[in-house]
Amino acid sequence: MSSQPRRRRLELEEVGDVTVVNFVDKKILDEQNIQIIGEQLFDLVDNQQKRKILLNFGNVEFLSSAALGKLITLNKKVQTAGGKLVMCNIARSIMEVFEITKLDKMFKIFPDEQAALQAF
Amino acid sequence: MNQPDSPHYPTRVSIPSDLEEARQLQDQIEQQLMEVGGFSEAEIFAIKLALEEALVNAIKHGNQMDRSKMVHVAFRLETGRFDIQIADEGPGFDPDDVPDCTDPENLERPCGRGLLLMRHYMNRIDYIPPGNIVVMSKWSKNGQA
Repeated sequence: MSSQPRRRRLELEEVGDVTVVNFVDKKILDEQNIQIIGEQLFDLVDNQQKRKILLNFGNVEFLSSAALGKLITLNKKVQTAGGKLVMCNIARSIMEVFEITKLDKMFKIFPDEQAALQAF
Repeated sequence: MNQPDSPHYPTRVSIPSDLEEARQLQDQIEQQLMEVGGFSEAEIFAIKLALEEALVNAIKHGNQMDRSKMVHVAFRLETGRFDIQIADEGPGFDPDDVPDCTDPENLERPCGRGLLLMRHYMNRIDYIPPGNIVVMSKWSKNGQA
């Protein structure tokens, strides 16, 4: 059933002690895709011991509720590990999705990467 | 059970419970939305998101990813107006039983977030008992419907 190769869905960059994550995909949809993105995000906390994670949504144009579930789990994992998860560069349309679901209250969201980095 | 005001749907498609098949159908509908026009960019985003959530619900929760079960989609598109009915072959559900995912207590649970988004983004959404058929409509704010 697997039609897509298991390629890396995240681009990582270390800025000081913060791991900045950029999404490769413009659309975070598709069960299989979301599953892989989730695994790669969780791996940062579980195996790579990253504790300061910044998700940059600059490339993302579309996401569904299934993707929100992964972000909630990631947030919980980071908090349990004593770390911090911050998000930035979220398109207006996607920000509205966060607002409707009230997740804008749960996540720490900043307009750009500069401001987000200062939040750690 | 008929909807008294259910529109006539000129296009009817049945797909197996496969997310890739759903993706192809979504791409076709998006293409037609662009062609028929009358919707703003934000309205097209709204329709795409509601369609994604409804099809994933039908395939995952309704048909339990069973490829032998079909998802029956019927829709009508005209300038600034989109009507769609999505039926799965599952037992249905009562949307009132889905917990409120905006309740702080439920915020971290995977509960009804897709349903909430569908309700927000479409002008009309109804589940036909026993809950395996969803009917949704979106019309443009520009009054072109």
